[in-house]
Amino acid sequence: MDRRIFIKALGAAGVTCETALAAPKNLPSADRMGVLVDTTVCIGCRKCEWACKLEHGLPTPPIESFEDRSVFQNKRRPDNHSLTVVNQYARQDGNAHPTTVKVQCMHCDYPACVSACIVGAFVKTDLGPVLWDTDKCIGCRYCMVACPFQIPSFEFSNALNPAVVKCDFCVHRLTRGQPPACVEVCPVEALTFGRRSELITAGREKIRRDPDRYDTLIYGEVEGGGTSFLYLAGRDFGDLDLPKLEANPMPGTSESIQHGIFAYFVPPVMLYALLGALMWITKRKHEPS
Amino acid sequence: MKSHVIPTPVSTKFFTPGVIFLLLLAVNGIAFVLARFLFGIGAVTNLNDQYPWGLWIGVDVAAGVALAAGGFTTAALGHVMHQEQYHVVVRPALLTAMLGYTFVALAVMIDIGRWYYIWHPLIMWNGNSALFEVGICVMVYMTVLYIEFLPIVTERFMGRVNLKGFLSRLSKPIDKILHALDRGLSKTMFLFIIAGVVLSTLHQSSLGTLMIIAGPKMHPLWQTPILPLLFLLSAIAIGFPMVIFESLLATRSLGLKPEVDVLSKLARMVPPLLGVYLAFKIGDMVIRESFVYLAEINTASVMFMVEILLGIIIPLRMFLSISVLRSPLWLFVASSLVIVGVLLNRINVFIVAYTPPVSYGAYIPSFGEISVTVGFASLLVLMYRFLVMNLPVISIAGQQAAPLMKYAIRGSRS
Repeated sequence: MDRRIFIKALGAAGVTCETALAAPKNLPSADRMGVLVDTTVCIGCRKCEWACKLEHGLPTPPIESFEDRSVFQNKRRPDNHSLTVVNQYARQDGNAHPTTVKVQCMHCDYPACVSACIVGAFVKTDLGPVLWDTDKCIGCRYCMVACPFQIPSFEFSNALNPAVVKCDFCVHRLTRGQPPACVEVCPVEALTFGRRSELITAGREKIRRDPDRYDTLIYGEVEGGGTSFLYLAGRDFGDLDLPKLEANPMPGTSESIQHGIFAYFVPPVMLYALLGALMWITKRKHEPS
Repeated sequence: MKSHVIPTPVSTKFFTPGVIFLLLLAVNGIAFVLARFLFGIGAVTNLNDQYPWGLWIGVDVAAGVALAAGGFTTAALGHVMHQEQYHVVVRPALLTAMLGYTFVALAVMIDIGRWYYIWHPLIMWNGNSALFEVGICVMVYMTVLYIEFLPIVTERFMGRVNLKGFLSRLSKPIDKILHALDRGLSKTMFLFIIAGVVLSTLHQSSLGTLMIIAGPKMHPLWQTPILPLLFLLSAIAIGFPMVIFESLLATRSLGLKPEVDVLSKLARMVPPLLGVYLAFKIGDMVIRESFVYLAEINTASVMFMVEILLGIIIPLRMFLSISVLRSPLWLFVASSLVIVGVLLNRINVFIVAYTPPVSYGAYIPSFGEISVTVGFASLLVLMYRFLVMNLPVISIAGQQAAPLMKYAIRGSRS
């Protein structure tokens, strides 16, 4: 421990609670990218599923097979073989057109997986993607427990080197200035790639221009502290399996408790000293005179 | 104080019908452990992307750590507060804790996908992660437990190292090492004992922090920001009942007289500890108004009620009764209920309360998972039996052993 941290630690002992309750310091970059998913435009063609598999070298059935809409009978989740899937939700309000919703990693601004990972195998990059590092991962699956969107998938059948698999936001394309494969392939422009801040402005503008078409909110603007993938819908997001989350960053409570207990190791050291004192005092009492 | 009994190795037959039954369970468990390493976690367990954690984390790890809490509570009582009359239970509790944590570590090894990277947390740190804190604390505490146990080994072999054949030349140096170790340890042991208590309070509570990040995936009856406090309080409350349970079981199985006097004194301390835990649990429920979920009858509400009634309120009332304190049988029943209560709590928090947003059916542990859990528990009991038969752990009531060694070892004499 260098001296500066130690001095800070001494000071922090008094203000533990305030620092612990403050917002996380790892602020995401202002220029981070995002994708605006307009579920009112999506036609459920599942081309994004095909393009994603192809882009990531996963086993890819021929593109015609993705026209099969019978898969919509079940709600699917992304897994080891599909980093994104499209689900369909029938409408209750008499509107004949069902809603189709693309599911993938949301690339949170304050990701629970990044906070939870025992070895820090997840990172939130400045560009936006939340990435997993195979060289660090021990396969404990705490990321899956932590993720509010139920995204990371684990290779349960792999005995030797099971990986945690999830959407990587096509980070290799992003660094080249290209949009993710799913956005590029979308034939109806249901997906818009851009700077997250600009996507929020664009989303608000869409809602303002066509208030009958859209719910008043952009899902992901604040949910769980904000996400890179943002959703527009013409109906309640809860019906589309997008979980109701508060605006607090998902790891907020857990991190403040964690840092409150440790607070530069002051509480554990104090407890040690207290027990030491107790031991010394009781020993003197019990010593034969 | 001088009338203290000295722990000695228990002499009895190792193999009994019960031991053979446990051996069979252990072999069955090990078979499934092998299957897990050969064919993967998916082949043996019912875990999937919806339910990433199951029986092994909920029972073997989380409940295992709680059940080993007798180690730090008795160390605090016997060594930190110098309550000498409890020294007879300190060593058995220490052995239980040491074996308990060893099996927790083994369970982690089989549950994580890349077991060969289990050392990663030592060099790859993430201070934000509750699991990182638990991992590091458990690793350090396990080392401390082994160090605390070392005097029992030195005491057994000091002055008696007598190797046969060509190794006989090593006898003297080994004996010297044991003596040096013993002297060094008896001077520094207090450092490790305090460290053990501090480390225990840290990771017992952080185990509770683990599930907080699951947020709305956890049922509101259990999802609370004071989960770490509840875990710590329940770990403290289960410490003495666990010692009573284990002591009565061991004396019975080894054909010894139970230490009813000491155990009922320990039992007297249970009600306040259990009461504080109950008060915080009820208070938390009232403040968060989560009791509304008890109005609907489902798995969660029933499990919560069973946990509170059977695991806290009934044993609390029992421990307040004089006739229970005097009867080994009732002491055993009451202690078992506390243990069942904490076990249920850990199962509830890690398994029952966890509901993913999209699920394809509930998680029910597979035969393989149950086999491994039962097999590990059996193996633990067998190792306990083997070690108390070969090392001075248990003080046999009414049997005053002659002093074996020159140097006093903590826990053996006052």
